[in-house]
Amino acid sequence: MTMRRHKYLIAVLLALALVATACAEGDAETTTTAATGTTAAPGTTAAPGTTEPSDVTADDFEAGDLGGIFIGPGEAVKIATLQAISGANASLGTDQVRAVKLALEDKGTINGHEIRLAFEEDDLCRSEGGTIGSQRIVSDPDVVGVIGTSCSGAGVPASKIVTEANRVMISGSNTSPVLTEAGGVAGPAWNEGYYRTAHNDAVQGAAAAKFVFEELGLTKVATINDGDPYTQGLTTAFEVNFEALGGEIVLSTAVGADDSDMRPVLTEVAAAGAELIFFPIFQPAGDFVAGQAKEVSGLEDVELMGADGLLSDTYVVLAQTKGMYFSGPAVPPTAAYQDMIAAYEDRFGEAPIQAFHAHAYDAAMILFAAIEKVAQVNGDAMFIDLRDVRDALYATDYQGLTGHVVCNEFGDCADPIIQIFQNTDDTPDIAAVRANRLAEYVPADLGQ
Amino acid sequence: MTTATVGKKRASRLNFTNLFRWVVGSVAVVVIFYGSIKSVASGRLSWAQWRDLMVFGVAQGSVYALIAMGYTMVYGVLRFINFAHGEVFMSGAMIGYFVADALNRAGIWNEQPVVSLLIVLLVSMTTATSIAVILERVAYRPLRGAPRLIPLITSIGASFTLQYLFRGLFGAGTKAYPPMAAIQGKWIIFGIPILKSQVIVIGSAIVVMAGLYLFVEKTKTGRSMRAVAEDPETAALMGINVDGTIVKVFAVGGAMAGVAGALWTLVFPTVNFFSGFLPGIKAFTAAVLGGIGNIFGAMLGGVSLGMFESVGPSLVLGGYEVPAFNQLKDVVAFSALVLVLIFRPTGILGERLAQERG
Repeated sequence: MTMRRHKYLIAVLLALALVATACAEGDAETTTTAATGTTAAPGTTAAPGTTEPSDVTADDFEAGDLGGIFIGPGEAVKIATLQAISGANASLGTDQVRAVKLALEDKGTINGHEIRLAFEEDDLCRSEGGTIGSQRIVSDPDVVGVIGTSCSGAGVPASKIVTEANRVMISGSNTSPVLTEAGGVAGPAWNEGYYRTAHNDAVQGAAAAKFVFEELGLTKVATINDGDPYTQGLTTAFEVNFEALGGEIVLSTAVGADDSDMRPVLTEVAAAGAELIFFPIFQPAGDFVAGQAKEVSGLEDVELMGADGLLSDTYVVLAQTKGMYFSGPAVPPTAAYQDMIAAYEDRFGEAPIQAFHAHAYDAAMILFAAIEKVAQVNGDAMFIDLRDVRDALYATDYQGLTGHVVCNEFGDCADPIIQIFQNTDDTPDIAAVRANRLAEYVPADLGQ
Repeated sequence: MTTATVGKKRASRLNFTNLFRWVVGSVAVVVIFYGSIKSVASGRLSWAQWRDLMVFGVAQGSVYALIAMGYTMVYGVLRFINFAHGEVFMSGAMIGYFVADALNRAGIWNEQPVVSLLIVLLVSMTTATSIAVILERVAYRPLRGAPRLIPLITSIGASFTLQYLFRGLFGAGTKAYPPMAAIQGKWIIFGIPILKSQVIVIGSAIVVMAGLYLFVEKTKTGRSMRAVAEDPETAALMGINVDGTIVKVFAVGGAMAGVAGALWTLVFPTVNFFSGFLPGIKAFTAAVLGGIGNIFGAMLGGVSLGMFESVGPSLVLGGYEVPAFNQLKDVVAFSALVLVLIFRPTGILGERLAQERG
């Protein structure tokens, strides 16, 4: 019966997905004509008396091979977010949605057109959420680009769906190498039109490995992933680099993202003789690993290390995470970042709750800059060629909050600085943890 | 068609089924034994670690068993699976969290651990019992007499309703119980160091289940429950209030889920609106494993399932050096279910039904 319950759900979701895809494809092909249909009739677009009815239509513009989006007089430029905004990882996505809103307010308008956040979809931090959310977004033919996803697992399907609908997607926190590149080779989930302002975990894994081996002086490490592309990519990068440094990976294992009983896997870790457990997973599984580690015989003195997925306000406050190390993106060194934090606190009533708000802000900003650069303006109307948007994003050279944002041919745009933090009894919240920095690495330190 | 041909057909089909069973069974037994022997012989885990794994399994399993009581008792009386039972369990744990949090703020939580735990237990039980009774009144009683599929679908609807009601009321975030110093660390029981929280879980589960057994077997209410399970029409003719008895069955099942909710949070001190789903599915599995409708079966099924999950991956898969085998613990648990059902289609102890009712 339980299987049947799942089957029904899956069947319904698949049916909806089919409908959504069919709509999306149809819409993408007819983007220009659909826009013409709605805007060509004078008097329907603008309120009488306020704006002169424009006679410019989508037909006045030449669209490239990916089509384009026509924005009539008084119409808004639409963008979307696809972030983890519910569940155990809500901090990761909420933090970024807020940053996108700040960027949107800071930017104001593009050539006189308001920018509207037309969708705030939930990626659920899973591939299902990435699939459904991105299909919903691309079903609107006027959305130019998506800022998302929060989690690489959601990013894999979303990147494919969004780029196949000819739109662009820029993530502020996907870090898995599969989405862009590893060692100069395109990852299996790489798509043209996907970009990210977050670091690639090839860098983070190397930084974490170097810290453990050189600063902590530990040589025996167990890694735990949960099968998600982010966690697998990061543990793999860690393992390769740690072994290259001369360390030993005594156990490389995995748990289910929904598991709560971690004692069996921790017993295996104890049997393998690990001195440190590197578990770059998510909540709530991360809560249980940290909570149960000290209860398993043989792990009383083991060191725990997580990564940026756990570097959130809801995780570092847990009693069992005191003493843990975290790798994650640097607190941006720019003065503009301080202003952004002040604006964030002012607008949302609390300090940033995760580590990727600045990256999401930069992601939104490079999208706005690209749209502004390629927009073909005719009177009050504007036309955005989607091929030009992609090209403009690949040519991005932008001084952002996170540093110098320059995109390579695989869509990696970050200027990555990885820092290692420690959560102690003296760090009551996420801001304090991120201020308690033990080490900092840039790719040059890591031979990359 | 004559009786003879029917008989012949049935006989040949039985033979094929038997053959299939024996082939699957022998392969499974060989696979399990070979894996286990290799795993144990490799000396990867010490005896103390195997023992710890078993204790973890029993603790986890006794919580499954408590939740499974609700499934099995409702099935025994109404012959349908109350899929919303996992949410009844979650509701107890969730409301318990708010009480625990308040006690912690008031400074009572670590000052008076026993009193605090009892309060949380009582609140959790009361909440779960009330939700179960309301559920019966609102969702199931109007459907009494409808085909069995109808209440089943309703229970799935009730399950989602409760999940998203709790999400709406208390938010989607995970709530962490405050840590309690008194239950950290280990006690030595029969020379074996066992985590205090697990001792409490296993001990309470045994006491509660023993109480339930006595209640069902020895009290008048228990007797009327058994009578209704046996045959509701005849029970009604004998002067038993069938509706009242069914409410009591839901109440007892809910109370068990409430106890399970409070005990679960001793071991896994977090709760969110979705926490009831997986334990609910596992407990349902445990009930089927032991023989649904059978209280002893649910106890045995719960503990077995906990053991399969805890020891199985390391014991069987570890022997074959499967990478990252701990991820596969659900595979092990459900394979065990399939194997048991192939040989005993009605579960380990068998369904305890007087007769098949329509």
